[in-house]
Amino acid sequence: MLHEPATSAAKDPAGPYKMRLGIWMFVFYSLFYASFVAINLLSPLTMAAIVFAGLNLATVYGFALIVVALIEALVYDAMCRKKEAEFARAEKQKSGKSVKSKKGKA
Amino acid sequence: MAIFVFLAFVVFVIGLSLYLGNKAKTSSGYYAAGGQIHWGVNGIAFAGDYLSAASFLGICGMIATVGYDGFLYSIGYLAGWIVALFVVAEPLKRLGKYTFTDAVDANYNSRGIKLAAAVSTLIVSLCYLIPQMVGAGVLVEPLLGIPHAWGVVMVGAIVITIVATAGMASTTYVQFLKGALLIVFSTVLVGAVVIRGLSTTPDQAGTVPFYEYAHVEAAKVDGQIQTAEAGVEILEQVEVKGGLIFVRINYQGKENWWYASETDGVVTLKESQSVVTRGTEKFINGAPASAENQLRQVGNLEQIRGDKNATTGSLSIFEYLAVLTDKETIVRTWKTATLTDGAGEKVTIYYPKDVTGDRIMRPGLKFKVEGTLLERLDFLSLMLALFLGTAALPHILIRYYTVPSPASARKSTIVAIAAIGFFYILTLFMGLGAMVNATINPADSNMAAPLLARSFGELLFAVISAIAFATVLGTVSGLIVAASGAVAHDLMDRYLQVKMDDRQKVMAGKISAFIIGGIAIVLGILFKGMNVTFLVGLAFAVAASANLPAIIMLLFWKRTTAKGIAASIVVGIVASLGLIAFSPDLYSLYGLNPLDAPIPLSNPGIISIPLSFITLVVVSLLTPKQKA
Repeated sequence: MLHEPATSAAKDPAGPYKMRLGIWMFVFYSLFYASFVAINLLSPLTMAAIVFAGLNLATVYGFALIVVALIEALVYDAMCRKKEAEFARAEKQKSGKSVKSKKGKA
Repeated sequence: MAIFVFLAFVVFVIGLSLYLGNKAKTSSGYYAAGGQIHWGVNGIAFAGDYLSAASFLGICGMIATVGYDGFLYSIGYLAGWIVALFVVAEPLKRLGKYTFTDAVDANYNSRGIKLAAAVSTLIVSLCYLIPQMVGAGVLVEPLLGIPHAWGVVMVGAIVITIVATAGMASTTYVQFLKGALLIVFSTVLVGAVVIRGLSTTPDQAGTVPFYEYAHVEAAKVDGQIQTAEAGVEILEQVEVKGGLIFVRINYQGKENWWYASETDGVVTLKESQSVVTRGTEKFINGAPASAENQLRQVGNLEQIRGDKNATTGSLSIFEYLAVLTDKETIVRTWKTATLTDGAGEKVTIYYPKDVTGDRIMRPGLKFKVEGTLLERLDFLSLMLALFLGTAALPHILIRYYTVPSPASARKSTIVAIAAIGFFYILTLFMGLGAMVNATINPADSNMAAPLLARSFGELLFAVISAIAFATVLGTVSGLIVAASGAVAHDLMDRYLQVKMDDRQKVMAGKISAFIIGGIAIVLGILFKGMNVTFLVGLAFAVAASANLPAIIMLLFWKRTTAKGIAASIVVGIVASLGLIAFSPDLYSLYGLNPLDAPIPLSNPGIISIPLSFITLVVVSLLTPKQKA
């Protein structure tokens, strides 16, 4: 006996695209995060360098990690929606054509 | 005022949950709110679930005591949402029904996975519940004037009521409300902090006179501290582990413990605070404890950009941080030491330590990034667990089942990232605000944010405390729903295949919630006094070790087998819990010397997470793949 999802999800043709995109964006952010950890471990004093408006690298990088996460999330959503809309349009056209051809035959 | 606002809020929350109880007649309604929550509401509810006592009380408290190192938790907790959004959100929504176990077991129908995943959910939920309950006790103690243990019992009772009445629907709306209020009022508090600015003599808008701690010049002769200062008599000297020296002195007719600070051969005796219990009587700063004689709140600037007597007035948010980052700014922080005095009594001493701003505002005060290899590994281990833990927390994962579609799951995660990210930026200002406004209770850093609010008046304190309490209520509710789902749905219904109709399944969930709530109450009392963020960090490590390898490999490695998943969950749990149990921090909790701990790391993730991944790969390669 398999356990079906709480709400039925229709087949998602944009799924593979979204998964690939998600992985790339995850890799990018992971590298950004790993660099932050690496600087702390390998050159901790670099974090004390003043880089912007009297703020040091630790503060600016910390804020950047939060802000970049949000920007990436918004970009990801916009790209996913665009792809989903493309597939939805294609699906609509396809179903429109098949209705027309059925009418033609009739 | 504080009590009225607090009680009004609690009554409202319980009323809401009773009203929503009508929606939880079916198991889908109880465990997943019928899968019909709007993504915007769910996103803020995610924030409500996630911004727990650890975030609000623990992180602010840690920043208030160790500066930037506390903010590392904010960064790590937020970064973890990237894993949730890009890797887990949509696929998990497609796979699961009510629980984490449903998702990992969706393609296998394996009894091994059901058992391992259910036990993992229970353990992670309990690990996460402990700090929430500790936070509850900490909050209620000063607010209602009742002991810590009763505060924990009270929270437990209210949460059980919420969960048992309406399950996930009530939990979601409580979380939504609390998440939104937390962000709004934290913004108000941060606004008030920067408008007030910085001062070397913070007096909480004139309501609490600034207490100037005395210091006396001294000398060390043959290891003995001596002073020629008139009116000062040294009565006793004790050296503690690490070479710190404390002296009990009679200073202007008052006996108390002082810290003997030694810099470049110059010894200065610094007035400290102390607590000692003799028989049944508690003495604070040398005099019997009373309503008037309590530990003074601490934390101030000794110098602002080189000026020992300065007040800045209102500052912009960037200026506020820039002044604190200046190397000519000196922050007075407070440390804790314990010793046994000449009479054999245990004394706890809170002593001052001045730190320059540039040191406060970069990592290193708590996490020794300039220390030994092991200390650096410990830091790496923590950052790894924070990054990977979020997407493996059962009470976060089940929220994906409350929305109608995978796209809604994605959108609600983005709302959560925006709300949580904004809040975490606020934590830096709240923590630093508490650090320099003399609003830290030296015996318990967890109250830094509410006490900071109190410095702006009783109304803000009442509202912030009520929200903080709701924070605990909401998170505990979510955790108990997750844990009761593991028992009633995963173990009873799916693993043991107990025959139950829908109504009985809901009843089983409610009974489980009652029992788990009881266990959480006991653990909350036992772990009193530990920083709640530190405890949550450990829960993240357990979640990342036990659950994340299974989720990731299930989604991205076709060769993954049921036995591989079950084995990795078991190894992840055992390894992470085992490493924590023998770590220096837990040795301190047991009353043992932390230096004797066989595991030198406080954070297990760097060992247990790879170990769990390796186990999954090896066992999967050794076992045949069987699809259900």
